[in-house]
Amino acid sequence: MLYFSNLKIFSVLTVIIITLLFAVPNFFGKDQLETFPNFFPKQKVNLGLDLQGGSHLLLEVDTEEIIKERVENLNADVRRVLKKNNLNYSNFKVSNESLKFIVEGFNSEIQKEISELSMSNSQNILAMGDQTNLIITQEENTVQINFTEEFIKQSVSNAVAQSLEIVRRRIDELGTREPSIQREGSSRIIIQLPGIDDPDRIKSLLGQTAKLTFQLVDTSVNFDPFNPSKAPIGSEILASDADEEFKYIVKKRIMVGGENLVDAQPGFDPQTNEPIVSFRFDRIGATKFGRVTQQNVGKPFAIVLDNKVISAPVIREAILGGSGQISGGFDSEEANDLAILLRAGALPAPLIILEERSVGPDLGADSIEAGQFAAIIGFIAVIIFMIFVYRYFGLLADIALIINLFMVLGVLSLFQATLTLPGIAGIILTIGMAVDANVLIFERVKEEIRNGSNMMNAVENGYKRALSTILDANITTLIAAIILFFMASGPVRGFSITLAIGIFTSVFTAFTFTRLLISFNAKRLKPNFVGLSKNA
Amino acid sequence: MLNISGTQINFLKVRVITFILSAILIFLSIGAFFVNGLNFGIDFKGGTLIEIETSQEIEISGLRDNLNTLELGDVQVQEFGSSKNLLIRVEQQLGGDQVQQDVVQIVKDSLGSYLSSDINFRRTEVVGPKVSGELIQSGAIAIFVAVFAMLVYIWFRFEWQFSLGAVLALVHDVILTIGVFCITQLEFNLPIIAAILTIVGYSMNDTVVVYDRVRENLRKYRSKEITDLLNLSINDTLSRTIVTSVTTLLALLSLFIFGGEVIKGFTFAMIWGVIVGTYSSIFVAAPLLRYLDVKREWNTTSAVDSTR
Repeated sequence: MLYFSNLKIFSVLTVIIITLLFAVPNFFGKDQLETFPNFFPKQKVNLGLDLQGGSHLLLEVDTEEIIKERVENLNADVRRVLKKNNLNYSNFKVSNESLKFIVEGFNSEIQKEISELSMSNSQNILAMGDQTNLIITQEENTVQINFTEEFIKQSVSNAVAQSLEIVRRRIDELGTREPSIQREGSSRIIIQLPGIDDPDRIKSLLGQTAKLTFQLVDTSVNFDPFNPSKAPIGSEILASDADEEFKYIVKKRIMVGGENLVDAQPGFDPQTNEPIVSFRFDRIGATKFGRVTQQNVGKPFAIVLDNKVISAPVIREAILGGSGQISGGFDSEEANDLAILLRAGALPAPLIILEERSVGPDLGADSIEAGQFAAIIGFIAVIIFMIFVYRYFGLLADIALIINLFMVLGVLSLFQATLTLPGIAGIILTIGMAVDANVLIFERVKEEIRNGSNMMNAVENGYKRALSTILDANITTLIAAIILFFMASGPVRGFSITLAIGIFTSVFTAFTFTRLLISFNAKRLKPNFVGLSKNA
Repeated sequence: MLNISGTQINFLKVRVITFILSAILIFLSIGAFFVNGLNFGIDFKGGTLIEIETSQEIEISGLRDNLNTLELGDVQVQEFGSSKNLLIRVEQQLGGDQVQQDVVQIVKDSLGSYLSSDINFRRTEVVGPKVSGELIQSGAIAIFVAVFAMLVYIWFRFEWQFSLGAVLALVHDVILTIGVFCITQLEFNLPIIAAILTIVGYSMNDTVVVYDRVRENLRKYRSKEITDLLNLSINDTLSRTIVTSVTTLLALLSLFIFGGEVIKGFTFAMIWGVIVGTYSSIFVAAPLLRYLDVKREWNTTSAVDSTR
């Protein structure tokens, strides 16, 4: 066990040196690293948001809202078909996921017509080869229509993918440093924003679906804007964006929508110097907008964002160029944000913030400092204790411990694993536990000596006997670390990573490096080297 | 020179006492769990946590009264490490996930108008009801899975008797750790779950070392009385058990004292766990084997014959 071939010595040292090389960049500044030769690793440990400061947001796409919208569209489709075929229906019920009504003369022809209309209205959602997206059941005169489960799933999945894209665009527009935006599970999005400790602005940007529509104001009725009566059929009551109490009656029909926008920029009105957002339509939008404005000169035209009227200017003349501007009494930051929202596009459904964790840069820096200090003190304490107990062997174990610590850092840098505050705790715990493998070996060596072995044999047998115990003992801790890795997220996951890396490096160093050190001195080893009295 | 080698302490002689002690502690823990319950942090209970640093010292009670006028339900204010660092906790609001988000702004506005000193917002955490419910569930599952995985591993490597003994000791450690959090009412949050899992790993580590020696001695001394054999095994490994526990505790104590407020609870749980885990390996896991009718006919050839 104590004999090492040159090849073995070479490979052990190579592994250690390479791992240590990866730890080196952590001790240099960015500028210094630039001067290093090209082959040299330059990646530092990736600090978690709790250490570098930043904001973590967990969002959920409101999937109920998506299904509700689908059902509403279906509702309109079905009624249209029934009306077209002159069928009288009654007891029309719209529930969360289905429609139910009583009708006479419902037959397979009409069923087919509904299916086809619904299919053609949801082309972009259906998977290839889908025959239908509806389940229509009929019992005498009672008809029930549901979406297929597959279709609902697909709708939600599409909406989440689309939301992810729009969230990304909105955040990119703000010029945030290295944001990370990921999908989590079926309907969630995780956003990590390093360096941002007050995510209020981002939260408010993400909190709006930003559905922009242009609708005509219903001028057929006179009403009190602070206490409007019921809106006529085909119109709705919408509040003003600036003043909740002030209401408009607006025609439901959407003349042009935000999906036809190609650009939106903040600016100032040259006459009033008021912040505005100017926008430009694509070809289809420009045509629609031109036609509406031409036909409605002199009438007020409502600009509606998320069901609130931003403003309702009177159309003075036809706008044929496909561009216009919105002014609604906002300040320049609001104008800027609105432009971002319009450029990025509307979310298919509202986003709900489930969790927010923000850490300021000071706390992160304090945590690093405290962690480093605690590590150094703990380290010194362990080193002294080991020498006290195991003398020369203890010293060897300490050298291995130092190597071990830098190897953990090297492996973390190499794999760009994230180091978090609990991760630092994991490293410190590793300092305490890393000596365990050596302790097990040294205790065996002592025992062998006490049983009458000479020093060489004692060391040989010590390693041999301790192996299975060391493996068993470390595998149990490793199992705990692995379970933690899969169950946890964020900072706690960082703990499981350092713990697991520490287990590997400590077993590795105990079985290769410490042994190598002992073997260099094999011939001169004496019992008191392992902490036994000379005449033991 | 520290030398614990070659001890001949009769650990099993005191087993009745230690079993009773463990039983009392378990009873107290379970009692405290039902009487006091755990003081869940926002990870598991939902709500808002804001850590601030102020340029001047703040009178806490005045601030607390002020924040309690906001009609946000229970608002707790406590010192956090120093008198200029405060931790503000607001309980979860009724009305779903979206409502929780408003709390931060309301509290920030109120702090800004109430306090004349500069405020540095060091940390803001908002956990909605949906996430907190999931976190508590996955935390509990993680602990169960870990204990179960240990059971299977030990069964695989040893015999079912060892597996049962080790897991009973583990359950003992987990109960006592949760118990100490019920009694001290220290905040129980997500990192504590991580600490418990580490304790599970550590305690198992300790137990496995003792059990390994028991197995070895069972092979070596075929006719030795089981009580003596267990005593011998504990004594054989005692030195290692103590040295490793001490080094681990040294590292953890350093972290506890110097590592900052944020991970104090986490470190406390682990220090407690290392102490309990070490105790249980010697006084619970090993003595239990006496009652579990371990197999005496082991294959004499060593299971591990490593030659390199």
